[in-house]
Amino acid sequence: MSTGTTKLDVVVSDVVPVNELVTRFHFRRRDGQMLPTFSGGAHVVVEMRDGDRTRLNPYSLMGSPLDTREYTISVRRDDVGRGGSLFMHRSVKPGLEMVISYPVNLFSLDLRAKKHLMLAGGIGITPFMAQTAQLAGEGGNFELHYTCRTASLGTYADVLRERYDRRIRLYHDDRDERIDLDRLLSTQPLGTHLYVCGPAGMINWARDRAASLGWPSEAVHFEHFAAPQPGLPFDVTLAVSGKTIRVGEQQSLLEAIEAAGVDPPYLCRGGVCGQCETNVISYDGKFIHNDHWLSEEDHRSGCKIMPCVSRFEGRSLVLER
Amino acid sequence: MAAKTIISRPIYGTLSPQPGKHHLFIADAEGALAIVDMAKMAPPGFFDGAEIVFIPGPDSKHIGALEGLRPAQFHLAPSFASLLPRLKQTLANAHMGLRLYLAGTEGLIGQAMQVALEAGIDHTSMQTEHRGSLARRMQCVHCKGITENVTTQPATCSHCGLLLLVRDHYSRRLAAFQGVCINAEDRSENPPMEETFP
Ligand code: FES
Repeated sequence: MSTGTTKLDVVVSDVVPVNELVTRFHFRRRDGQMLPTFSGGAHVVVEMRDGDRTRLNPYSLMGSPLDTREYTISVRRDDVGRGGSLFMHRSVKPGLEMVISYPVNLFSLDLRAKKHLMLAGGIGITPFMAQTAQLAGEGGNFELHYTCRTASLGTYADVLRERYDRRIRLYHDDRDERIDLDRLLSTQPLGTHLYVCGPAGMINWARDRAASLGWPSEAVHFEHFAAPQPGLPFDVTLAVSGKTIRVGEQQSLLEAIEAAGVDPPYLCRGGVCGQCETNVISYDGKFIHNDHWLSEEDHRSGCKIMPCVSRFEGRSLVLER
Repeated sequence: MAAKTIISRPIYGTLSPQPGKHHLFIADAEGALAIVDMAKMAPPGFFDGAEIVFIPGPDSKHIGALEGLRPAQFHLAPSFASLLPRLKQTLANAHMGLRLYLAGTEGLIGQAMQVALEAGIDHTSMQTEHRGSLARRMQCVHCKGITENVTTQPATCSHCGLLLLVRDHYSRRLAAFQGVCINAEDRSENPPMEETFP
């Protein structure tokens, strides 16, 4: 059993189109019980049975942690991805029975903070839906800055504005509105924590500016799930279980290992948590490391790989699994 | 050197210049030398955005050395208690980007850290360096009184007069080591008092 990924049997209780790219899904427990409590920023891994393939994608819980009758996630359709979001959009209908993991939180609020400053980009808004609901319930001090491409793609912007009014600032790319990040970061009271969720470029920008403006790294939190990238197929030998397997073009290494009947640990499936770290026994070829977990030195050494997002090109690869 | 067996026992580092625009130094006595040493590694202009608050102690040494660093602000205080209101004020008005550097005795570092924690600075993001006396700030676990500058083992509580074993257990909240009665069974027992924290 993978650490922290105990399963929940759920039924899809509602599917709601939010805008041209985003759809919201509601889950309830099949046995009618309450779902486990979670904290703002938590995600679940949704199992998608697509014919003979099983995909496992992580999605942030966006409902209020104060209400565990149902879980809600929002999925942005990615037409050039590996098909998980398309499967959700096309095949998941109310009444469908699905399996999801227990919630795991790799992006939790630091409740010692005097103030919470949040930056969201695009679909990166989802964990903040839950976090703002949690903080508002506790009378917490927060401010959310949300950038989106156009007003119509500002997923939940209207809901947030209505709930929290001026604590929400919106920035629209098509109107050339940009966050004045340096000013924003330099005027926060001591004891503020920063949370960023959005595209990698936004996260890197915010982390970089915060660090050079003197923010200690303990006060900067970020979440970015790198979706596994498709690539050339390759063969892997699993030394411990004695299997040789093929990783398909659209499959991640982790998915291929699971399909071979091996049950490796994972939590995020997005290259950030470190759970799936695997030792490389030998290789002839080159790694395509897509994770945010290993150090640059680890990447260069060729001794470790994060199978949830990273790939390989070359003649042979032997892993300790 | 700090014993590593008790995890509450604070461990201090070596001051190093952090990125950022505002730098607040709080030091006493020999702690000044930690700042002077750090200054050798600091980028040009570093002290233009720095404030140094210094408690020189009885021999008034090192004032000139600190002035020589030309900080934007330099402030002398006779004791930690006397600078407390000013420190609280500074932190209450400060913004993220202020970096804190504490150098000198454990009592100074601990008490300044306590105020900074309350202001919202995480203790892992403060720069600390222990210099000079090993004297401890001690709380008597019996009467809760705090005795400053304890250098002996055991030590006498300046409030209730009990003879206390000065433990390595440290409270960040109180910025003090815990002192526990050493002869509770038999008050006539008087273990020899040694200068342990010179
Ligand atoms: S599962 Fe989290 S890094 Fe791979």
